[in-house]
Amino acid sequence: MKTARTWAVALTGVDGHLVEVEADLSNQTPEFKIIGLPDKALGEAVQRVHNACKNAGLDLPRRRLTVNLSPASLPKQGSGFDLSIAVATLAAGGSVQRQSISHTVHIGELGLDGRVRPVPGVLPAVFAAARAGFARAVVPVANEAEARLVPGIEVRAATSLAQVAAWHGAEVSVPEVEPVVASEVEPEGEAQLDLAEVVGQEDAVDALVVAAAGGHHMLLSGPPGAGKTMLARRLPGILPPLSEAEALEVASIRSLTGDPVGRLDTAAPLEAPHHSASAAALVGGGSRIVRPGSIVRAHRGVLFLDEAAEFSRVALDALRQPLESGCIEVHRSGFTARFPARFQLILAMNPCPCGNYGVRGAECVCPSLAIRRYAGRLSGPLRDRVDIEIQVARVAASRATSAERSGVSTADARQRVLEARERAAHRLRGTPWRLNGDVPGTWLRQGQHRIGVEARAPLDRALERGILTLRGYDRVLRLAWTMADLAGLDAPGREQVGRALYMKKGSIA
Amino acid sequence: MAAKDVLGRAGEDRAARYLIGCGYEILDRNWRCPQGEIDIVAAIDGLLCVVEVKTRRSAAFGHPFEAVDARKRRRLWQLAHAWCDAHPDQAGGREVRLEAIGIIGAEPDAGALEHLRDLS
Repeated sequence: MKTARTWAVALTGVDGHLVEVEADLSNQTPEFKIIGLPDKALGEAVQRVHNACKNAGLDLPRRRLTVNLSPASLPKQGSGFDLSIAVATLAAGGSVQRQSISHTVHIGELGLDGRVRPVPGVLPAVFAAARAGFARAVVPVANEAEARLVPGIEVRAATSLAQVAAWHGAEVSVPEVEPVVASEVEPEGEAQLDLAEVVGQEDAVDALVVAAAGGHHMLLSGPPGAGKTMLARRLPGILPPLSEAEALEVASIRSLTGDPVGRLDTAAPLEAPHHSASAAALVGGGSRIVRPGSIVRAHRGVLFLDEAAEFSRVALDALRQPLESGCIEVHRSGFTARFPARFQLILAMNPCPCGNYGVRGAECVCPSLAIRRYAGRLSGPLRDRVDIEIQVARVAASRATSAERSGVSTADARQRVLEARERAAHRLRGTPWRLNGDVPGTWLRQGQHRIGVEARAPLDRALERGILTLRGYDRVLRLAWTMADLAGLDAPGREQVGRALYMKKGSIA
Repeated sequence: MAAKDVLGRAGEDRAARYLIGCGYEILDRNWRCPQGEIDIVAAIDGLLCVVEVKTRRSAAFGHPFEAVDARKRRRLWQLAHAWCDAHPDQAGGREVRLEAIGIIGAEPDAGALEHLRDLS
């Protein structure tokens, strides 16, 4: 038999599909064909494999080679199949052992000189291989670190094609080549931001801690220079570290975008797209290869939309569905890519186009229609999903110049958030939810977690007077529970409900 | 005769001897018509084989079989049918197939010979 097979991985979104790479040698004049819906980059593997084999001192058989990528109906992209195609064809020609390659996954691009080059998405690919029960994966040496994050699979880092062939029993000299290395991982600058640097915004800092503890979405509204951006950028710092599984999800997405993944980063990511971002930039796009958008990169972290009212309406409303479901599906002809997108949304906006509306001592020059239109840029349904709406005022001069600093440091806040989250998780044990922000309203309004009439009174009154919709009522309940968790109480009292009402409705309540 | 033609001629002789050794009956050699030339026409087991012989001094400029591309094969089919038309008695409704023989070596008599049967 002149057939040999090995395995590779095709990615749609962050889901990896194992692809069987079969090579067949037929006694015909020389030809090299790849079938099984390859894209342009993958079709060009013919040339790369040809030259890489020659320069590695390995002879490709001078007969007709047909490489089939099975399942043949799944579209496949990119240069990550080069290595698997090369070893399969070499095995079909007999210079590599068939047995050895048939239970190994090969991932990597080949250079013309026979070196193995890095490809994006190695982490999710190796993950898929491990889940499918493979014991061994060969990856480019530049992607070794991220591949090793996956437990339960033996990872071999390849420098050159000759080296891989030698592992599989080829009689070839392995030359000393300079390996293709990954670019350096740049150190994160966000970690140094401390909450204690925020001066005189006790209310807002408090709201930030509540948002972190309950996983609530938040809208910060205030004049320019009030510190909205400063506050939002300090949110990831007070979020508890990601669990190993969550960090792997985040690292998988980072790997897909082609960023080097050196180690498992347990800090929550912060994604802050510019307000000119399109809907495709937010949710992810591309015609054949779907690249993850901002909301996917913000998975398990914070999506911060500064100048939220300046975003296009279409882009903002694209957030509604992932906010509910925690994932996003991008449909293209032939396939659907599914990405996780469970993020915490922080919106910041000015109260009006000039930014001075409602600011003491400043004059707003906007006509009232413009103010109303500006506030209406955030659609009702999107606003409905935001639990906390807080006004951030400018800091008074006396506070800003005094040496006094706000009492809350990032370390303190994180500790409080951690305790509150533990409390919530303990109460929600046995349910699919982990955070107060995820709990549906019916569960809070009925059953054993219904809070007393006495504590509920201000809330019921607001509902009766029509200030709150029933959905808004549920949001306030959730906030109240988070505050109770932060305060170490078993159930929210009148004070917590009152403050929750204030955070939801700003000055109205 | 140019050096390359000498080499080609020697290669064809070697191929013919090889085919006879394999049990082929040589029907025609270097048959020409307006479309081109057939190197060898041979018969075995009721099959009519049109054989293209390629000889190279070395594989440095590509394997001999790499010269037998899709265009060349299409032309060989046309030539095969032309030969059948010209020799109705010998063709006799026999099935036709294409074959290729590649020889690498400065001395065709001693070089490596490869034989492909039934090209498509």
